[in-house]
Parts: sequence; C-alpha cells; structure tokens
Amino acid sequence: MVTLNINGEQYELDVPDDMPLLWAIRDVVGLKGTKFGCGIAQCGACTVHMDGTAIRSCTTPVSAAAGEITTIEAMEQDPVGKRVQQAWLDLGVAQCGYCQGGQIMNATSLLKQNSAPSKDEIINAMAGNLCRCGTYNRILVAIERAAGGEEQA
Amino acid sequence: MESGPKDRLQIANVSRRRFLTGLAGAAALVIAARWDLVETAEKRKYGAEGMPGGYTDNPNVFIHIDPDGTVTVVNHRSEMGQGIRTSNAMVIADELGADWDRVRVKQAEGDHSVYGNQYTEASRSMRQWFDPLRRAGAAARQMLEQAAADRWQVRLSEVKTGVHEVWHEQSGRKLGFGELAEAARTLEVPDPASLILREDHELRFIGRESGLINGVLETSRPKAIDGEGIVSGTAVYGADVPFDNPLYAVIARPPVYGAELGRFHESDALNVPGVLKVVRIEGAGLPAAFNPLGGLAVVATNTWAAMQGRKALKIHWDYGPAEDNRSYTSSAYREILEARAQIPGEVIRKEGNFSKAMEGAHQRISATYYMPHLAQTPMEPPVATARVQKGNAEIWAPTQNPQATRTKVAERLGLDVTNVTVNVTLLGGAFGRKAKPDFAIEAAAIAQWFEGRPVTLQWTREDDLQHGYYQTVSLDHLEAGLDERGRATAWLHRSLSPSTMSLLKADFEHKSKVEQGMGFNTTPFDIPAILLENPPATAHVRIGWIRSVYNLPHAWAIQSFAHELAIAAGKDHRAFLLEMLGEDRKISNRSVGDTYNYDEDPAIYFIDTGRIRGVIDRVAAESGWGKEMPRGRGLGLAFHHSFGSYAAVVFDVEVSEGGSLTIHRADIAFDCGPQANPERIRSQLEGACIMGIGVALLNEVSFENGVAQQDNFDRYRIPRMNNAPREIRIHLVENPDEPMGGVGEPGLPPVAPALVNAIYAATGKRIRRLPVGDQLKG
Repeated sequence: MVTLNINGEQYELDVPDDMPLLWAIRDVVGLKGTKFGCGIAQCGACTVHMDGTAIRSCTTPVSAAAGEITTIEAMEQDPVGKRVQQAWLDLGVAQCGYCQGGQIMNATSLLKQNSAPSKDEIINAMAGNLCRCGTYNRILVAIERAAGGEEQA
Repeated sequence: MESGPKDRLQIANVSRRRFLTGLAGAAALVIAARWDLVETAEKRKYGAEGMPGGYTDNPNVFIHIDPDGTVTVVNHRSEMGQGIRTSNAMVIADELGADWDRVRVKQAEGDHSVYGNQYTEASRSMRQWFDPLRRAGAAARQMLEQAAADRWQVRLSEVKTGVHEVWHEQSGRKLGFGELAEAARTLEVPDPASLILREDHELRFIGRESGLINGVLETSRPKAIDGEGIVSGTAVYGADVPFDNPLYAVIARPPVYGAELGRFHESDALNVPGVLKVVRIEGAGLPAAFNPLGGLAVVATNTWAAMQGRKALKIHWDYGPAEDNRSYTSSAYREILEARAQIPGEVIRKEGNFSKAMEGAHQRISATYYMPHLAQTPMEPPVATARVQKGNAEIWAPTQNPQATRTKVAERLGLDVTNVTVNVTLLGGAFGRKAKPDFAIEAAAIAQWFEGRPVTLQWTREDDLQHGYYQTVSLDHLEAGLDERGRATAWLHRSLSPSTMSLLKADFEHKSKVEQGMGFNTTPFDIPAILLENPPATAHVRIGWIRSVYNLPHAWAIQSFAHELAIAAGKDHRAFLLEMLGEDRKISNRSVGDTYNYDEDPAIYFIDTGRIRGVIDRVAAESGWGKEMPRGRGLGLAFHHSFGSYAAVVFDVEVSEGGSLTIHRADIAFDCGPQANPERIRSQLEGACIMGIGVALLNEVSFENGVAQQDNFDRYRIPRMNNAPREIRIHLVENPDEPMGGVGEPGLPPVAPALVNAIYAATGKRIRRLPVGDQLKG
C-alpha cells in the first residue's frame, strides 16, 4: 500500500512502488487533468506540485511522492495559481489546451519562487514544457501579466 | 491463445489483392476520394456541397434553446486547437442574436447523414461552414421572431431581435428567447433563400478583433468555450472520459512497416501484476491504408501495468512480408532521390521551351533541397476508448474523422454502421495524425474481448514516433536561367516524394493530383519557360500527412530557390519576387493543370497574384524590409498561397560567431478574405510560426533498416520556448469581398524558407537540407 496526499486528501493505493505518480493520479485516483505526453520528463504535460514545487509526475515513482501533491484541479484554490489561470484566459493562451495544465503548474511554481521574473528567467523556467500548438509567446505574456498582479486587475 | 470474438480482418485479408489495387474499403475510399481526384470537372460539386455528407443549414440540427434561455449550439467539427467550437458558436450566436454568456456548445457525435461533413482537415471548417451556419442562425432568429409575431398578433416585419430577446417596435413588448423557444420549434424552417442575414454593422463577433494583438491586450475577448475547462484541468480529451471499471491497453506493433507477429509467450506479460489479458491484433498487410498495423495488445487494470506487461514480452517478429521496407534507410534513400532528380521525370506542367530558354540564358543556377520525414506529434498521443456491448460499439476518441472512424469500426467488428456510435472528445492537437482512424479501430478490436467493459487504448510517445503516419521525405531539384538583366527566363522544378496514395496502393510512384495542387503545379510565377516534372518515388513507411501537407516541401524549395535567384541576379529579394510574379492576374487553377483547388470552385477561387503581392507588400512594410542590418543579423522573406489563403513571412535573425541562432522577430502578413474570428486567426498563425521553426531547425524522423531512429522528444526535437521568436507580429490583410480561405494550415509553408533565407542574409550560409540542426556550427 502506498499513501498519497493529493489536493489535501489522503489516498491509500494498492499499487506497486515503481508506478509513476502520473498513472496513480490518472488511472487509480481518477483525476484526469494531469496529462501523459512523453513518459520521460521531456514535455511537462504531467507537471504537478509536490510541496509547492513543480515536478514531473511521469518519472516520479509513487514511493518518492511523500509530500503534498497538488494537481491542476486544485489550482484555483491557490492564489498564485488562480492568477495564472486568469491570465491564461484573458490572453487566450490555449489552443488545443492539452499541455496547458502542465504549463500553468510550472508557471505557478515559478511565480511562487520568483514573483517578478525577467523574460529570460521565464524562458529558462518554461523551456521544459512543450506546446506543439506553439503558444509560447502568449504563455510568456501571460506569466508577466500574472506576475504583475494587482495593477493588471 | 483462446478463441474469442472473430477479428474481421482475417476475413478481409482473403481479399488482400483488393487492397493492392487500391480498394481498401469504404472508409478508405471516402478519404482517398479527396486524394486522387480525376478530371470529371463538369459534374463536380464544390465547397461544402462537394464533400462526403455534404452540408446542412437546418437550424434544428445546430441550435437548441431551453425554456430558461440557454442556447446550445451543436458543433459538428473536431476541436483540435483551432478554436472551432468557439468560432462556430460565435457565427451562430451573432446571426441569432444570442447573449454569449448564455451560449453552450455540445459536441455532435459522428454522423454525417445528420450534420453534413465532419471530416476536419484541409483548413475547411470555417471556409465551408461559415455560410451554412450563418443561415442556420438567421433561420432560427426568424423562427423566434415569427413565434413572437404570432403571440402578439402583429406582422413579422414589425418584430426585431435584440440580444437574447425579441421586441415589438410600436408597443415595446419584449419576449426572451427562452419564452419563445417552444413555439418557435414547431414552426416550419424558412426557405434559406428567403433569409436576411445581419448587416455588417450589426455584427458583434464575426470579423471583430478582440483579445491579444501582437503582444498587447487591446480589448477583452468573448470567453472561449473551452477556456475554463482547459485551465482548470476539467476539459475532456481522449483519455479523460470517466468510466466505471475501465481497462487500459497498449499494443506492441511491428518495428518495420509490414512485419507480422511471430512467436511470443503471453505469460511474460501476464506475470506482470495488473495485466489481465494479451490480445492479438490482426494487421492489414501492405499497404495498411487506415487499418491497424497489427501486433499484440496487453490489457491491464491501469496504463502503467499495460506498459510494463508490454515491456516484458519478447516478441519474435516475422520480417518476411516487410523485406523491402526493412531495407529502407532514409539517408541512402536521399541519395537515390538525388540521383533520380538528375533525370527527367513525368511532365506535370510545361510552358514555353525550357531547354531552349536555358541555352539562351545569361546565367544558369541550380539547387537541390531536402526535407526529411516529419511526425505530427500532437501533445496528446493517439488514444481511444471503445466499449462493445450486445452487438453495439461505442467509441470515444479525439478524431478528426468521426465518419471514417464509425465506418471502419463497423467494418472491423462486422457491425452495421448504425450500431456504432462515435463520440468526439477534445483533440489534444492532431495536425493530420488523428485524421486516420487506426487507433479507434485498435481500441474496438480489443474491446470486443471484454463485453460491456470500456477499454482505453493508449499510444505512448514511442508508439507515436515509431509507428506513425509520417510526412513524406521530399527532394526538390530546381534549375533556372536568368537573362542579362537578371530576369528569370527559364524555370525547372523536379519534385520527388512518395505519395500518400501509397497507403492504398503500395507501388504508387507519383504525386496525386491533390499533392501536385499543393503548391507544385500552382507555382504562380510569370516566367516564359516553365517545366515541372515528377520523377518516381516509392514509399517504404506509412506516408501520412502533417499540417499543410505537400505545400510544406514545395514552398520550402521554391521559396528558397527564388531567393537564390534574386541573389544571383543581384536584386532585392522582394523586388525580384514581384518581378517574377509579373502583372497582377487571377490564374485559373485549371489552366495550370490543378484539379484539386482545395475542393473549391475554380471559377471563384483563383491563384490571385495581386493578393500575393498584397501580403508581400504588407509584410515588407511592417518588418522594415530593406533596412540596414548589423553584422551577423539579417531579414529573410518567403510567401506561399494554399487552402485559398495567402501568407508572407519575414524573419529577423541573428547568428553568433559560434553559430547560435536568435530569432528576434517574425512578421506574418495573411489574407484569408473574410475573417470569421480574427482572434483565433492570429493564434493559428502564431502557432504555425512556431511549428514552422521546428520544421526548419529541428524536426526529423530518420530510418535505418526500416526502423524509425527517434522515439521520444529527446531525439525528435520540437520547438521549446527558447526557440520561439522574441516577438511574433501578425498582420491581417482586410479583403472581405474575396472568397473565404482556410486558416489552420496556410500560415505554415512559408515559415521554414523565410527562416532559412534570413539565416543566409545573416551569415551567407545557404542551407539546402533540413533540418538546419548543427549546420551553422563551425
């Protein structure tokens, strides 16, 4: 048995220790917002937070996921996450949207660590998240907008 | 293995010869019909009317209004990031007069006998449905007005529609849409010819700019239909439909196209905890058309267990049937194509006398360009869920092609098509990959072993890259002559690339008419001697198509070569292009041998060189074309017309001494005629810019002995944020009186040549083989 804390809830799961957190979240817990894109931490579609920091759930075995896990479904309860989501909507960032949960998770993690990142800092922090629709320029503006906080309201 | 449900493909295989002659089943024909058009011009229908399933403008199909006033728009086209669920709803809501906050969208299931054509490809959703959907909205509005006029006992002409309500001018009486819905529903649908569409000034959404424009938020945008679902993680893609007690599967497929399943021990997989069953999937042999490749499915209680079970299998593949494909090594094949490009091929188009014009030329220039196989790699790999129950099959899939999915699943399971339901989820990107129904057929072939239980068949990224429908390789050889004043007098283009028709007929050697019509025979230049040839090239892998299809290699070669000619002529690139385009004129596609014309009427949709000039002039003005550039920095230009639209791109790039590239800015001018939803047109062009940068710099699937050498994003590289231009500026050309063109694809073809031309301007280094990769280093 593995115990996971996801979005403030405790789950006792009968899964092997080496099962990636991604599949535990999706197939066992049933939260479908976290996406499968590559399985080898190359695309970022599976990004979740562990104790507030972005991690790749596709290469994190459940045995290493001892902290508090937060998924995209709980981002609206996070003040920074909520701001990021709103910036995404205001700017029409998403095209197909499949990668955007992971992008938002990573952007939120960045802003929690650096509330006013420069363009280069944003590019460096976000370079691990692929978007095949090509929404990068809007993502960058959206993160700047979310970082700007109140004065953008 | 135990015997279970009969896999119908075994029966189909009896008539494998039928496949070889190109009759690969009804659904394949529906697709193929678009891909090898023959000259039956007089009887052809065009636009939406000419598509399988045709169109409907019946408001009762697309619009439902509840008593509480909620307007539900039924969207029948697949949403893959182009924003069609929002844009179609906007078109209807605008004509109807609906309050956007009270509009919902319901996705239609796959049934083109009800909804008309649903095959979402070739940038045709808005182009072919703008008019029918507007009429549906206008008809529904008129029915609401009639219901109000009946209620008030007044003349219809005295009744007007405001936002979500109908009012009587003289008395000031008002009724909401919800109050009128029930009465309106019983009325006869007005004759489409009698409908009065809204005046331009009345429109609230259609053609209105909103949202982010070139990095600046000008005005707020009407809420995107799926926006909140996407940012909250609740939007439902192919693998996200909630089920009770679902099963999960992955398939081990033959490493080489055409190889077949040999020996294996199913216990290897069954020993993995969570694995329940191993199911043999019959392949279609060669060519595979749109059928599964065959292999072995591992079914488990979760995706991870299925993947682990597959990993444990030691499968011996039978390469006998794939001998020829097993010899395919793409670098060697490139050399074969290079040699063949020196020999004349089938003549596609001929004007004047090329050899004679070359003899008289002052300068002769030639160059050969190569574009490798590309993979679509939507961020959501192919995935589908199937449930087979009591002689019925239900599919949930992110498909561009619900009708073919329905037909092919029915065929595979031996069911009547009416017993198959296809639910279309959101598509996590598609780019042509999800036009093929193979993955849904696989899911159905597995699910028939588990009566009543949904089975989700997941492709991994490795599956996607190793067993894809690859964009063709293309080798394009060009020669031209310039006179003493630097004007082009002779133009030869030999284009070699395996055809997508090879999916249906393995030995198909030439480009189909559709493929020729994608920027090859439609070359718009006014040069006295033009010779276009298509030497043979056969396929050794599954050739599918990626966004913009054959336009991609054709534009890459033509627009690179035109730049090389301008340099040889000592002329400004833009001035040289305009000179080669000649006088503004509307060229009939027929006159250059093109019978495709993106299924549009050649009497309405032309190759309009004036519109090409328009986008070149616009992009030149916006980008500051001609300005002095610092050392190591340069501007590059290219244009292309496709899908009824016109695009021109200028890149501003810098290359360091060490060969590292910075893309400072991209300017894109675009003319698609009337703009239904400018906000999403901009996003499509921004996306095309990024995707085209990937084509230019990074993307390549190479093959050795028939096996794809890339299997994930570490080796198949696609653009990341650091590859994006610091700035992308989109310039929409106002041309509302022209016929509507496509949006999703036409932005892509000019991107790679413009970027490579800019690299030349910055460095003097000419790249003729894509991707650029490390070619700038050292």
